[in-house]
Amino acid sequence: MDILTINHLGKSFYLHQAGLEIKSCQNINLTLKKGEFIGIVGLSGAGKSTILKCINRSYLPKQGDIIYDSERLGLINLATASEREILYLRRYEIGYVSQFLNIMPRTTAKEHVMNALMDMGVVMENAETEAKEMLAYFRLPEDLWDIYPATFSGGERLRLNLAHALVKKPRLLMLDEPTASLDNNTKILVRDMLKNLKDRHTSMIGIFHDIEFMEGVCDRVFNILEGVFVS
Amino acid sequence: MLNEKPVMSIRNLLLRYGEGCPSCRGSLEKNRCAVCKTVWAVNDISLDVYPGEVLGIVGESGSGKSTLMRSLYFDFTPTSGCATLRDYKEGQKNIWDASSAERRMIKNTIMGMVYQNPILGLRMNYSAASNIAEKLIGAGSRHAGQMTLRAAELLEAVEIQTSRMCEAPKNFSGGMQQRVQISKALANRPALLLLDEVTTGLDLSVQAKVLDLIRKIKARYGMSILLVSHDLAVIRMLADRTVVMLDGKIVESGLTDQILEDPQHEYTQQLVHSLI
Repeated sequence: MDILTINHLGKSFYLHQAGLEIKSCQNINLTLKKGEFIGIVGLSGAGKSTILKCINRSYLPKQGDIIYDSERLGLINLATASEREILYLRRYEIGYVSQFLNIMPRTTAKEHVMNALMDMGVVMENAETEAKEMLAYFRLPEDLWDIYPATFSGGERLRLNLAHALVKKPRLLMLDEPTASLDNNTKILVRDMLKNLKDRHTSMIGIFHDIEFMEGVCDRVFNILEGVFVS
Repeated sequence: MLNEKPVMSIRNLLLRYGEGCPSCRGSLEKNRCAVCKTVWAVNDISLDVYPGEVLGIVGESGSGKSTLMRSLYFDFTPTSGCATLRDYKEGQKNIWDASSAERRMIKNTIMGMVYQNPILGLRMNYSAASNIAEKLIGAGSRHAGQMTLRAAELLEAVEIQTSRMCEAPKNFSGGMQQRVQISKALANRPALLLLDEVTTGLDLSVQAKVLDLIRKIKARYGMSILLVSHDLAVIRMLADRTVVMLDGKIVESGLTDQILEDPQHEYTQQLVHSLI
């Protein structure tokens, strides 16, 4: 069973100021099976993140279809779905993790994770319990839970991002360079966590610079060059 | 979430200053007719606000954002157009056809408004508690003790010490006045909160406090919020969806992260590229 099918996806950006059209990726075809983990590699600027952002609809695809098999909505084309449908899917089914932390001011690490659950309608007491479990699972030191994350290290921010995305138990998880700028020990930690997620049958697409590090975790690897998949 | 009716629907809202002329259609310079000098402050705006969502409105000064908000709160009467509220006549009646009494009821119980300038939203010489009590009385409360308790509860929620509830807002700082306005707007737990540039002019730490408060309000009460701001950072943090206004019109709308990361319209691109 496929959870995600991408057909002939193309994305370009028109910059009005320069009157310039910049092509990012073209004719991308990909199928992700339920519980599968696909890795995407390629040089910087090759269009890797564009694919994930089109799936997440942070970018508006120019061509092609992104068919997602939703638990609630059935087969849905993410390229054309309504904003309300996308918001629903982001809240309940699809997770996105980047190396950057986007957090409200005056929000502690624990509150950040709790907010993801409370958005789904979980009551505060339960959200707190689950958030603590998730932060412990990602081995974020307990003395950081009630701290504002502005001063966190790269590895701590990433673990918080992972906890925030995974506490919702998404069916589809996108990872945008989750191991970038991490030291080796933290990378090993992230890899083990991704292995655990895979064992729990989470379907994942991840972008990695150092794919050899992910050997044994990714089921398939796609290489992207100048916006096109190459073998 | 997907099958819910909008809390508010606006269709073809138009507010112009001047009579308009046949040339208006083709000869607008920004939003002003070069021939008859009519200003089209809000020009054919349609949008929906859904339960529990924050809808952001961004645009430069003079784009019509505040005029739109103040029209919705009956401060201005639009030239034409329609707005309906889920909680007023089951969304079947245009709010601008409401009687004076119905308008007061809408402002007291269905919508709350926080103005950019607290002078517009507060009675500066009355105490903070009296400002809140005014809203409670408007919704039918008559028990002084209960109203005092409720005022204290609301002021505590916006982090204003109850020991200061008897002081007049004119003695408060800008950030405190803004928070009193928010507590006043929340008094009767309206379904829709209109926030017009609520963080403009506040220093960063107070801004953070107000943003945090808005997020908590959304989480705690599940209110819908229409949020006008020219600060894209505020919009990024709070809004689920965003519309971009220019010269009285909506030029682009979408998911907030899409608007900020992949803006389509020339003006939106300029706006995003101006981010510091």
